[in-house]
Amino acid sequence: MTAVRTQPLVACPGKSSEIPKREIHTVALIGPPNSGKSTLFNRLTRLRQKVGNYPGITVEQRVGLLTAGGPEIKLIDLPGVYSLTPYSEDERVAVDVLTGKMDGLPRPDAILLVLDVTNLSRQLVLAAPVIALGLPILVLLNMADVFTKGGGSLDVLKLAAELGAPVAMVSATQGSGLDAVERFLREAHDRRPGALLPILQDLPQCRKWANQLSHRVDYQRPLPSVWTRRLDDIFLHKLWGPLIFVIVVGAVFQTVFGLGQPMSTAFQDLLTSLGQQAAPFISNSLLRSLLLDGLWKGVSSVLVFLPQILLLFLFIGILEDSGYLARAALIADRTMRSVGLNGKAFIPLLSAYACAVPAIMATRTIENKRDRIATILIAPFMTCSARLPIYTLLIAAFIPDRPVVGVLLGARACVMLSLYVLGFLVAIATAKLLKSSILKSAAVPFMLELPEYRCPTLQSVGLRLLDRSRVFLRQAGTVILAVSLLVWVLTHLPLNHGHSPELEHSAIAYLGHGIEPLIRPLGFNWKIGVGLLTSVIAREVIVGTLGTIYGTDPATQSMTLQNALRQDLTPAGAMALLVFFAFAMQCASTLAVVRRETNSWKWPMIQFAYMTAVAYASALGVNAVLSRLWR
Amino acid sequence: MELMTQMPVALTDLEIGEGGAIAHIALPPTHQQFLTRIGIVPGAEITFSRRAPLGDPSVYSVDGTEVALRAETANYIFVQRGHFPRLGDMA
Repeated sequence: MTAVRTQPLVACPGKSSEIPKREIHTVALIGPPNSGKSTLFNRLTRLRQKVGNYPGITVEQRVGLLTAGGPEIKLIDLPGVYSLTPYSEDERVAVDVLTGKMDGLPRPDAILLVLDVTNLSRQLVLAAPVIALGLPILVLLNMADVFTKGGGSLDVLKLAAELGAPVAMVSATQGSGLDAVERFLREAHDRRPGALLPILQDLPQCRKWANQLSHRVDYQRPLPSVWTRRLDDIFLHKLWGPLIFVIVVGAVFQTVFGLGQPMSTAFQDLLTSLGQQAAPFISNSLLRSLLLDGLWKGVSSVLVFLPQILLLFLFIGILEDSGYLARAALIADRTMRSVGLNGKAFIPLLSAYACAVPAIMATRTIENKRDRIATILIAPFMTCSARLPIYTLLIAAFIPDRPVVGVLLGARACVMLSLYVLGFLVAIATAKLLKSSILKSAAVPFMLELPEYRCPTLQSVGLRLLDRSRVFLRQAGTVILAVSLLVWVLTHLPLNHGHSPELEHSAIAYLGHGIEPLIRPLGFNWKIGVGLLTSVIAREVIVGTLGTIYGTDPATQSMTLQNALRQDLTPAGAMALLVFFAFAMQCASTLAVVRRETNSWKWPMIQFAYMTAVAYASALGVNAVLSRLWR
Repeated sequence: MELMTQMPVALTDLEIGEGGAIAHIALPPTHQQFLTRIGIVPGAEITFSRRAPLGDPSVYSVDGTEVALRAETANYIFVQRGHFPRLGDMA
């Protein structure tokens, strides 16, 4: 038996120098889920990657560039798959890319197959069909560090001989052994005849072959970590488990909300002052307004989400890499099931209390597509921080500051709390509705792998942060920019002798008057209507818009915004407006992210229509009931 | 192995720490294919490791991995009771 190898190792069968040479331009990276493939991809490409979607489906396409010391090589990161039998969308994509049938992607010249060596006998199942494709292939046995430390061993040379392909021990998290990849790619290879492999479409056959093979190469599984069992005895304890869960979740929530909010505000102030500093350098007033009020404001309104996104993904990254996220999902599953979702939806939904944008990005951990879409659709009902400005404004203006339950709970806090509860209840009702109708789960049982606990590395969490923020900025940035521009144009047309009109004569005010008949039953006038239109970009925009409108109106010019609103809006109308904002989808960033994550306009459009309808109906009801009650 | 003559029992009937070989799976083919990927196939050895704090799902160790399944699934996976060492007790 081969001794445990601590050094990264490459084993090559045969004499590759005799094989005719062929240059490598495109390489595919394939491996089962949880094999550490993404970490490896980030390592290899150093984040020089393009992220998009495969045409027509929600599977994410990641293509990166490898450049170290030679011509550029395209690296395609395939979705994590257990087999090449096309049961799922992910597997179909993998097969199509590998066989060169995917539009817009050349057929790969070589394959990097990543397998988690700590669980080799199971992971080898994928090796048979992949090797049988006959492309030059390098097998990377990942997590070599954990494997060796846990006392695992195998005969790497024998494995390479059996597979008919070079095999390298690597560690993606530590970055060790990766020079083997470079060497493999720099050396020209040719197609070799595949090794003797079992019938490939037959999963049980592949499994049998994988089991026998791991015996033949003297595979010894590393000892399961004692730590994992000990930690699970605590984290999954009947009593401590849920308690620690609540503490962890509370801490994450508190930090994202408590720390992220002031960070966002500070960042916003910084961005605003940057805009103001630039103002004197633009002489043309219309151009200045376009650049600063239109473009820069639009861009900043996206940028302000960044601190919260980074914070949230920092925590999710740590929780996921350490292995706790799976435990949290396990604990939450029982409760989440009652609304038709599974435990994996818990963290994204909780994050949505800070901001729906990162929450929707965090739904990627949910493999079941229907569950994922249901979670995406209900996430914006959670009371996000962008609702707070309008909530605070209206509550301060219309709710008297008097105690309700002794000194503990005032009337204002009571209203605020009920708005949170309201959003939550509608989210649950919507989830139930969706899961019993259009998103009834496909026949897939709930299954959750509990990985061993690991210490998250700075690099892997950092790379993920960078990656997520780039995706967010690029995708949400373009849509929100377009919407901001549109709103700016509407507030500055029609031009009057080359000057933009007063707000009340602008195209958007015209639109506000236009929708007035529609919103009058809710207790709103045209000014609120303009606010509703401009806040389609982001909920908090309504406060600024109302400020501008009441500020330019001579009748209300000298008043504070609160007083102006009190004069202009009935209490019933104000309550209706609160409820409207609790439910309406007034957020272009969220819509943009939903479009990106579902790779279609269908879901964001359904979401927008549904949420607006719920908001309208509820506001209508609230206004009707309260205006009668409070007459 | 002296227990091999017994009737197979559902996974959910096992005691914590108890295990056996999967005898058959009474689930639709699509479910079975899904379970196959994580090694839940007839013949595989599976051990009941622990219950989630709220009682369900339960964690099973199969093929060297810990996997959580809901009772709604585990009810239909039948095992031939036998003694298999729990993960971590081995070697």
